[in-house]
Amino acid sequence: MLAVGTLAPDFSLFTTPDQQIQLSQLKGKKVILAFYPADWSPVCGDQMALYNETLKLFHKQNAELLGISVDSKWCHLAFSLDRKFHFPLLADFEPKGAIAKLYDVYDEQEGECQRALYVIDEDGIIRWNYLSPVGINPGADGILDALDAINNAKK
Amino acid sequence: MSKIKPPVNSKDHCQGNASAPIELVEFGDYQCPHCGRAYPIIKSIQKKLGNKLKFVFRNFPLAEAHPYATHAAIAAEAASAQNKFWEMHDIIFENQDRLDDPHLVHYAEKIGLNVAKFKTDFEKPEFAEKVENDFESGIRSGVNGTPSFFINGQKYNGDWEETHFLLYLETL
Repeated sequence: MLAVGTLAPDFSLFTTPDQQIQLSQLKGKKVILAFYPADWSPVCGDQMALYNETLKLFHKQNAELLGISVDSKWCHLAFSLDRKFHFPLLADFEPKGAIAKLYDVYDEQEGECQRALYVIDEDGIIRWNYLSPVGINPGADGILDALDAINNAKK
Repeated sequence: MSKIKPPVNSKDHCQGNASAPIELVEFGDYQCPHCGRAYPIIKSIQKKLGNKLKFVFRNFPLAEAHPYATHAAIAAEAASAQNKFWEMHDIIFENQDRLDDPHLVHYAEKIGLNVAKFKTDFEKPEFAEKVENDFESGIRSGVNGTPSFFINGQKYNGDWEETHFLLYLETL
């Protein structure tokens, strides 16, 4: 994974069929990047559903959550509507997995993102990273601890 | 291993021997089918372990996936104002497929609550806050799904089917 303390590489990906999100546009906010293997799969569904419920706690810390997988924008749209997600899912679809590769969390064998988390601070610096075993939902405690640590460092 | 944050305290609903050697905490969602399956298992384990066990329930409703879960959780908290948290907890788990508001009121009546008071309490922010605080404590403790169990403060990632769970608890 990319090292803590380094600048998070910028990227722009589709989040809806006609809208892109660029990481650098979120400067001034903390950003949580949640790379996950696949829409609709059981563990990913549980992980994203959990984060969906945790959004309030993320927002309290001035943090935005971005889910990223290699699924297409149309697939994301259907998944998101079905699960009532209130955060963007980004399509790392073409060229496939390019951003996951850039962040060193691409599983070449499966052709999917690994289950990996990055927390980026308001200046775009990576402050925390975590690679989860693919079959395990990592929860959100590590993310909240990382957000707290960023806030505490400022005090 | 994840630790429970904050530890069990006076705001928690506890059942059984307060100074039991085994403290079991469940983070649960009243509309979650797995929690429904765990409910009779916990009852049976409580019976078998007797005063060796203290059982605590914290709310972890996944509101988007389970639209009735939050109100059900608030209903049980509101019942605690009349000292009937566990009666409400039980009747809700025993009727998991009917959890809309009219049914919650019906259950309140059935367990002998003062329904007018229950309805007023239900609207009080303190009970909704209790549910939110429980949820946050779950997230902070590394809960990643329901039910999640903590035994003597440590997250239990093993099997909670009765035979296995009981065997594990008895070794403590």
